[in-house]
Amino acid sequence: MTTTTPALLLKGLTKTFDRPAVDGLDLTVRAGEFYGLLGPNGAGKTTTLRIVAGLLRPDAGSVSVFGTDALADPVAAKRVVAWVSDEPMIYDRLSPFEYLEFVAGLWNIDAAAAETKARHLIDWLGLGPHAHERCQGFSKGMRQKVALAGALVHDPRLIILDEPLTGLDAGSARQVKDVLAERVRAGGTVIMTTHILEVAERMAERIGVIADGRLIAEGTLEELRREAGRDGTSLEDVFLDLVAARSAAA
Amino acid sequence: MSQPATIAWFARHEIGLVWRDWLAMVTAGKRGREPLVLLVVLVLLGGVQLLAYYMVRPFAEAGIAPDKTTLAVVTGSAFLSWTLMLSQAMESVTRAFYARADLDLILSSPASARRVFAVRIGAIALSTTLLAMLLAGPFVNALAAMDGARWLAAYGVLAAMGALAAAVAVAATVALFRSLGPKRTRLIAQIVAAVVGAAFVIGVQAAAILSYGSYSRLALLSSDGFIDAVPDVSSAVWWPAQAAMGDLPALAVVMAVGLGLLLLVIAVFSAGFGDHVIAASGVAFDTGRQQRQRHAFRRASTGQALRRKEWVLIRRDPWLVSQTLMQILYLLPPALLLWRNYGDDVGALLILVPVLVMASGQLAGGLAWLAVSGEDAPDLVATAPIAPGAVLRAKVEAVLGAIAIIAAPLVLALGIVQPGLALWAVAGIAAAAVSATTIQIWFRAQAKRSNFRRRQTSSRVATLAEAFSSILWAGAAGFAAAGSWLAVGPALLALLVIGVAWAIRPRADQ
Repeated sequence: MTTTTPALLLKGLTKTFDRPAVDGLDLTVRAGEFYGLLGPNGAGKTTTLRIVAGLLRPDAGSVSVFGTDALADPVAAKRVVAWVSDEPMIYDRLSPFEYLEFVAGLWNIDAAAAETKARHLIDWLGLGPHAHERCQGFSKGMRQKVALAGALVHDPRLIILDEPLTGLDAGSARQVKDVLAERVRAGGTVIMTTHILEVAERMAERIGVIADGRLIAEGTLEELRREAGRDGTSLEDVFLDLVAARSAAA
Repeated sequence: MSQPATIAWFARHEIGLVWRDWLAMVTAGKRGREPLVLLVVLVLLGGVQLLAYYMVRPFAEAGIAPDKTTLAVVTGSAFLSWTLMLSQAMESVTRAFYARADLDLILSSPASARRVFAVRIGAIALSTTLLAMLLAGPFVNALAAMDGARWLAAYGVLAAMGALAAAVAVAATVALFRSLGPKRTRLIAQIVAAVVGAAFVIGVQAAAILSYGSYSRLALLSSDGFIDAVPDVSSAVWWPAQAAMGDLPALAVVMAVGLGLLLLVIAVFSAGFGDHVIAASGVAFDTGRQQRQRHAFRRASTGQALRRKEWVLIRRDPWLVSQTLMQILYLLPPALLLWRNYGDDVGALLILVPVLVMASGQLAGGLAWLAVSGEDAPDLVATAPIAPGAVLRAKVEAVLGAIAIIAAPLVLALGIVQPGLALWAVAGIAAAAVSATTIQIWFRAQAKRSNFRRRQTSSRVATLAEAFSSILWAGAAGFAAAGSWLAVGPALLALLVIGVAWAIRPRADQ
């Protein structure tokens, strides 16, 4: 595997429920970049990311994570991936400290190393005073921070986040964004879906726009502006134009 | 069409929702299954009716006179049923307090909350009564067919019992709410409901064992000592039993008391119900409890981490612990039997084997649901670098390990007295626990752990298969322990039930 191996390579990805959710999607995310995946409701973003995380099997197509075929060897792919959804996956009756211990066990991380990392994450995310309280009764923001700490404690090369900022207050959202930015600076790869376009505009190095299960545009913000013919406008305007053009074409 | 926001309008809305819920539950949400469901229901009802006919025939043929013994047995059985109805009604009232569902919408609307809760209390009484009628109906019908239509009056008594159970449940739960506050009432009310349901049956069985060395409740209720101690037939204590046997004046009094108390409770408590629900909504149950601080992560393999997590979550779930203790409480009568017959009447100990097997199967089913379907972070576990089979194996080990720990003391005690019986008990426990766990795995459907109490509604087939397999393994182990080849029958039937469950299990999308 070389340094040019993409963090994620999707080819012809297809998944149909009652209707096609992902329709022959091709997508490449480079290692070490912050990739924003945008699209209207029902565009296929979550389905795509759930397939990458190993939570769904596609009907057709291939998924490669850092060169590993995630469909043929899902366990190997999962070792380097973390998944964070908009609904924090935590246990009400475990404390954040116990939760991180459990996650470290799932990823089979050395206990001592994981503990050091966990303590750092707990402090960094401002969870210190609550580290040994049960998560039951935690606010949405605190729960999301615990889930994020769980995603980072095993030091993944690729973090996939599906609407991680939904329902967070400004302070919590800032902390989550800071953690992700730091992660990319340290060489990690982040793929994030969000409906908050300002976040994608400010944080993502490249943005993919997906509609009806297909990638309809991709590039830096400048490249997307040029494609939409809207130089100097916001990502929101560009996004709405691209989606409207797609709808008109369909 | 009724006027909006009236009692009739709310009642129609509730009935519509209940009907759709029930239909979705029995058809598993698949359209076109209604005729099949109707056929299955009719066959089941017919089967139960036939069974009831054969069970009551000896009594009907011998003649049922309203003497003290008959009244005592009918009253005792009715009171036992009523405690179970009360338990169910308390569960429903607690749910009405704490389940949010559509309450935010209703309470934020200008509609009268009093009317909503009047309808909901009425619905609790109705559902409690209907369930009792479903269970007792076949016996009432059989008695009416063989001993005269007067027994149909028992349906009126069941309606009065349901109304009384709902009335007492509402009053008791509101009293708990006012004295303990919303935060503690939820758990305490659930525990009280479970204890109420178990206490009478366990108490009567314990008394029968201590007095007569028999497991049978009837032995106590029809014993000379008990009959001598109870009031004469002219006492009002026997009115419900006399009403059930066709005494119309007694029936009128019993129904008036039951329905009158229900109406009184509705009138008194429905106005404040909304306030209690609002207070309950402000409670994040058992929040922010400080755990003992540990200073280091423990080394663990993936399997160990999963097993440890399951055990910690089970241990920290007070509702689940109370339910598990309740299962263990049902083991008290057999334990008492073991203690009473220690060293002499070995034959009586046979009853321990099926009871232990049955309890283990039921417990295993509950724990397996929690571990497999009630996983609160399914995506986390699914995205971990572990083969799905390894995850399942760790969870099954956690469940079976817990069963082994709970069953071990009684099995060991039995082994000291009768090693042969203990061996059959172990075999039966293993078969029942593995069967129940396997069925839960086949029918797993992701749900919130907090839905544990309603796990039966997620798959009726799984619930029935789990119950039948536990009963059949209990029967097989009991016959085997008695040295009878009849054990082969229930064992084969248990395998058939498991085979059918496997054949109709839902196929996963992936």
